[in-house]
Amino acid sequence: MGELRLMKGNEVIAEAAIRCGCDGYFGYPITPQSEVMETLMDREPWNETGMVVLQAESEIASIHMIYGAAASGKKVITSSSSPGISLMAEGISYIAGAELPCVIVNVQRGGPGLGTIQPSQADYFQSTKGGGHGDYRLIVLAPSSVQEMNDFVELGFQLAFKYRNPAMILTDGVIGQMMEKVVLADYIPRLTDEEINEKYGSWATNGRKANRQRNIITSLEMDSGRMEKNNIRLQEKYTKMEEEEVLFEEFRCEDAEYLLVAFGSSSRICQKAVDLAREKGIKVGLLRPITLFPFPKKPIAALAKQVKGMLVVEMNAGQMVEDVQLAAGCAIPVKHFGRMGGIIPSPGEVVEALEQKLIGG
Amino acid sequence: MELKDIINPNNLVYEKPKLLTENTMHYCPGCSHGVVHRILAEVIEDMDIQDKTIGVSPVGCAVFAYNYIEIDWQEAAHGRAPAVATGIARTNPDKVVFTYQGDGDLASIGTAEILHACNRGENMVVIFVNNGIYGMTGGQMAPTTLIGQVTATTPNGRDVGRNGYPLKITELIAQLPGTSYVTRQSVHTPATIRKCKKAIAKAFQAAIDKKGTSFVEVVSTCNMNWKMTPVKANEWMVENMFPFYVPGDLKDGSKTDPESYTPLKN
Amino acid sequence: MTEEIIIAGFGGQGVLSMGKILAYSGVMADQEVSWFPSYGPEMRGGTANVTVILSESRISSPVLNEYDTAIILNQQSMDKFEHMVKPGGVLIYDPNGIIHPPKRADINIYKIEGTLIAAELGNVKTFNMVVLGAYLKAKPVVKMESVEKGLQKSLPTRHHYLIPMNLEAVQKGFESLELVQAV
Repeated sequence: MGELRLMKGNEVIAEAAIRCGCDGYFGYPITPQSEVMETLMDREPWNETGMVVLQAESEIASIHMIYGAAASGKKVITSSSSPGISLMAEGISYIAGAELPCVIVNVQRGGPGLGTIQPSQADYFQSTKGGGHGDYRLIVLAPSSVQEMNDFVELGFQLAFKYRNPAMILTDGVIGQMMEKVVLADYIPRLTDEEINEKYGSWATNGRKANRQRNIITSLEMDSGRMEKNNIRLQEKYTKMEEEEVLFEEFRCEDAEYLLVAFGSSSRICQKAVDLAREKGIKVGLLRPITLFPFPKKPIAALAKQVKGMLVVEMNAGQMVEDVQLAAGCAIPVKHFGRMGGIIPSPGEVVEALEQKLIGG
Repeated sequence: MELKDIINPNNLVYEKPKLLTENTMHYCPGCSHGVVHRILAEVIEDMDIQDKTIGVSPVGCAVFAYNYIEIDWQEAAHGRAPAVATGIARTNPDKVVFTYQGDGDLASIGTAEILHACNRGENMVVIFVNNGIYGMTGGQMAPTTLIGQVTATTPNGRDVGRNGYPLKITELIAQLPGTSYVTRQSVHTPATIRKCKKAIAKAFQAAIDKKGTSFVEVVSTCNMNWKMTPVKANEWMVENMFPFYVPGDLKDGSKTDPESYTPLKN
Repeated sequence: MTEEIIIAGFGGQGVLSMGKILAYSGVMADQEVSWFPSYGPEMRGGTANVTVILSESRISSPVLNEYDTAIILNQQSMDKFEHMVKPGGVLIYDPNGIIHPPKRADINIYKIEGTLIAAELGNVKTFNMVVLGAYLKAKPVVKMESVEKGLQKSLPTRHHYLIPMNLEAVQKGFESLELVQAV
């Protein structure tokens, strides 16, 4: 059993990175996630585990530093918030194209543009449908507690290395800024060069040894036939993720006649809404997708046969609702309730929306 | 005398460096890149650092540099090679890292990345091939295009009012306290090739010795996009580029000693 | 038992750290806790608030639109949060700087002269601890020893010499709570 602390979500990202044997963090300050790098700089992990922490000149540089380090087999992480993730989109596409493992944390704030520093979930499309150019997917994990902020750092790395694919922790200003109890993980040692060679030597560029061919990390392929093959290989990888890596949580669904679907901080609000609605006699449950890609299509399809309607609650104008509609099919109504601009919906509002949009309608 | 009598190890006076691959280079005949690649292969071989050198290739004509030298390579996005190299160098302090960049990559889209990598004094080598034009995309204006020079996007010659001034990025780099050795070379004659090789070897040694960022500009030709014969292009370079991009060392030493600054008291 | 609290006032009054110490006290008493602050530039001199939840069971929403208790330390916060106290809930305020006292008839209202008491104690920075003490009188959600442990846990070791002074302020606040209206 690890150490119990009261910590902010952002601080926990830093602590979890150090403890899981990260080799490096590269980032650029932006509200509401600056505590990640501040905590790292205060902790000075270079003295403890040898982890590198660097404040880059921009998010663009940060993500390309991640590219360079990841391509040498290192376990590296970056974090930012929405406008910064837009700047990183170039590098994320290259990382996905070159098939490199890394973890990217997006502590979302409201947009578009400079928008607001208040919480939002308006980067769902950006995170799950690509965000940069080309056909690629990120593994997207949506924590709903400070504990999961801790747990998903190592989980993200495990999935990223398993698939040689970038993993994103998609969270927001609520989870990033709030403090909760968290049980910290035990320390995992950083891999030595020899261990990296043993594990990833077939692809990692950390110096051509006499016993192997030179490794080249690139996303470029001028021959269209070969480039299509590269794309097909990527798609097969994403299909495998959809078959094997879906994570979700159900709350009071057993006898539910209506279903709320929400991820991250919205799912916390919806848990309360479920309790409030049930006090009023409405039999409602909650499905929380934990992986946003791969998306939990099957459990939603199964619940579509049980419930009379679904309400997707998001802090955006209606993004995940499209995936829920696709999974649920046309037999039942699937509606959306959301707030934008940094407004966090309250549990009471969710119950009202449920009554108005599904039960009354 | 038969052919096999001529092709005989005893008669060998000049050979392909071991680290150059068998791949046929995609560069245009007369291009300077091939010569610079050969120098790099020779230097890495001479210094016996093949097993710890990681090259970062750019976007531009040298995008395929990774096809030609027998070392580990990473292909960076346009302009981002210094950031990629920073990521490698920081997490692999025992490795030797270099970027290979053109003038559009380094001095236009990647200006922020190169200035900050050099300013942090990343222990790496930058090879900057400056031919004053965008080669790969078909001869458009580069930040280093000379005033009056005709390109695909300055069909009547570069005009300062419209396009700004040619950028002496190497002079800017030499000002930065993080750089150790900053030099401008060329490879248009056997003598300059030998000199350039010495400079590149020195740059690699500086990075290995953790002296900061070493930076070698190679003023080069692009006879294809300049629309000249290779010989004429060399003459044009000497006549027009050298007066503006003057060959020679701009800085020779080490990054500024941090001890020379007095940190603020906390 | 679940206690849902909003603490609201000016940035610089120690609103967030008061919430933090309360949350730490809850951790020390083996409760589930959440602490969600207003954040960003508004904290610097503007209004600041924090939602703290202490519970025996898993906490669902860390963000609320009604509270068991509101601790209100300036007029803007009174205007914003008075109507969000649950009927039968508690509102505690420091009359210093309040132009329009609370008008609700369906809630318990208390006053604490936190500003004055902190000044009398000779350290205006203990203001938030005075208010915390007053709150614990109205709502004994955690014991005093948990507060002491919470202070030890939340303050860096180099500030531990300040703990006795802070506990004195908590005690003073505990003794100085005034009932305005009971329902």
